[in-house]
Amino acid sequence: MTSDFLLSLAQAITKGLLTGMVYGLMALGLSVIFGVMRVVNFAHGELMVVGMYLAWMGFEYLQVSPMLSLPLIAAVFFVAGYALQRGVISPFIGRPEHQQFLLLLAIAILLVNACLAIAGPDSRGVQMESQFDSYELGPLVFDAVRLHAALVAVAIAGLLWLFFTRTRIGKSIRAAADNHMGALVVGLDVKRLYAFTFGVGAACVGAAGALMITIIPVTPFLAAEYTLLAFVIVIVGGLGSMTGALLGGLLIGVSEAVAGLLLQPSLKSMVSFGILILVLLLRPQGLLGKNSQ
Amino acid sequence: MNLLRRLTDGVPSRALWCLGLLLVGLLVAPAVLGKYGLSVLILILYFAYVGQAWNIMMGFAGQLSLGHALYAGLGGYIAAGLFFHYGIGPWAGLFVAVAAASAAGAVVGYLGFRFSLAGVYFALLTIAFSEFTRIAFDHWGWVGGSGGLFLKVDATVNLLNLRGGPILFYYVILALAVGAFILCRLLLESRLGRYWLAIREDAEAAQAVGVPVLRCKMIAVVISAAMTALAGVWNAFYYNNLFPETAFAMGRSIEFTLAPIIGGLGTLFGPIVGAVVLTGLGEIFTDLSEVFHISGIKQIFYGLALLIIVMYRPAGVWPWLADRFGFGEKRR
Repeated sequence: MTSDFLLSLAQAITKGLLTGMVYGLMALGLSVIFGVMRVVNFAHGELMVVGMYLAWMGFEYLQVSPMLSLPLIAAVFFVAGYALQRGVISPFIGRPEHQQFLLLLAIAILLVNACLAIAGPDSRGVQMESQFDSYELGPLVFDAVRLHAALVAVAIAGLLWLFFTRTRIGKSIRAAADNHMGALVVGLDVKRLYAFTFGVGAACVGAAGALMITIIPVTPFLAAEYTLLAFVIVIVGGLGSMTGALLGGLLIGVSEAVAGLLLQPSLKSMVSFGILILVLLLRPQGLLGKNSQ
Repeated sequence: MNLLRRLTDGVPSRALWCLGLLLVGLLVAPAVLGKYGLSVLILILYFAYVGQAWNIMMGFAGQLSLGHALYAGLGGYIAAGLFFHYGIGPWAGLFVAVAAASAAGAVVGYLGFRFSLAGVYFALLTIAFSEFTRIAFDHWGWVGGSGGLFLKVDATVNLLNLRGGPILFYYVILALAVGAFILCRLLLESRLGRYWLAIREDAEAAQAVGVPVLRCKMIAVVISAAMTALAGVWNAFYYNNLFPETAFAMGRSIEFTLAPIIGGLGTLFGPIVGAVVLTGLGEIFTDLSEVFHISGIKQIFYGLALLIIVMYRPAGVWPWLADRFGFGEKRR
């Protein structure tokens, strides 16, 4: 082991950790939606890609940095998610899984092909001024863009934690998740809470999309990959657990970066799927999940 | 005769006549249809056949697999690889292909069922294995890696090597689809079929009354995987090319699930009706999208159609049709 190798390993891990935080924010959205409504959002990666495209359009046509358009994108996603839950998904709560799967698959097909129709199949990226800036900590180099994205992702996750623990509506959502019948009995408007939850989940993934576009360019074909990635992260961390989703994001981010360094970049998702299979078999509730499968 | 009686027992004679007419129509179809019509019919039969295979696992035994591309891909790659490298014909190769896919199904099934993964968790396990295999095949030289594996196109009919024009492939897939239909009917009427339905409805209760749950689920996944592998072999020799990107794609697995879900899960005619509806819609949308010149517009129509069907006929098209026209097959 030369010190050169150790340094590039440390560098890969750093990069993986930073990307992993954005992954974590994306997976958080999936986890929140599943944890509360038991609906698996098969259109999650598609939402992510829509978020990336919106941020790209803001940058390309209005010259607004993705970091600045992020709050607006999150707000738009919240409203859209709220409306989607109220108008389309709500009757499917509690229905057989294959029906929910087909419904969200149809939504996914619509979203990704709308992107394709509007923005075309070419990859679209954002060239920021800080593209080549970096911070140094000892021998380690941090990409400025990646570091900023990671910090914002952590801040949003913190806000979400405050929302679920400090606000009345956040606590009501958790109550409805814990005990659906009990929530109805004490007079909570569960349908509205569900719509709110889907809105919050969608806002998370929209924000994650705005951050991700600063790191990599977007194509419509990324959508399915991100859906799978979000699933892998959330299952590894524990479906329904917020800290689990973040931890899963970091783990998968690091494993991808290290696999890209030690093996081949094209083998990186094989490592993620390997981790997924191991976790499913050895600890199906995920690393931080409650044992309630 | 005994088999025929078991097959037709309790089926109204009106339905039998319709079925007979349908079969005769399908047998003479190549004489009537042009090249295009035949290719659409081939597509319908292919999706009806794979749908039937997938339906055994999900519709009968209640195990959601979103990784069936694994079995089709393995089947296709093994049969095509043996033919390509050693000149071993598909009729011999398919035994290896089916054996390998069944073994893969047994491994995925055993791990999933033994560790009692249910619903979405099991579905994710199947996706993970399929994706894992896709990436492995991408890097495996014997099957051509990500560059793909190509069979020589040869239109002279050679039944022994499954080489020939569309008409040959039409009759092969027709035989498979009819065979799968009969097999599913027999299975559903058998003790095993009843066990499956019991497991689908309530696995714990079934276990409690002595149904060998693990064994029944294993049989379901192995039969389903073996049938899907045959579809993969057929597909490889029909299209003459194989790429890991498409053969093991999640999109391929999802395609397999659509006909039975849209048609009516757990019914015998569901996969067939679903295949007709989806393939028909696909062809109409292809024509329609040529008017607009927008990329992705065909898929947008397709997504809208799926959305409308699942919102208004969540139990599938066939149970509703059967009800309206008095054929009486309901999801059991």
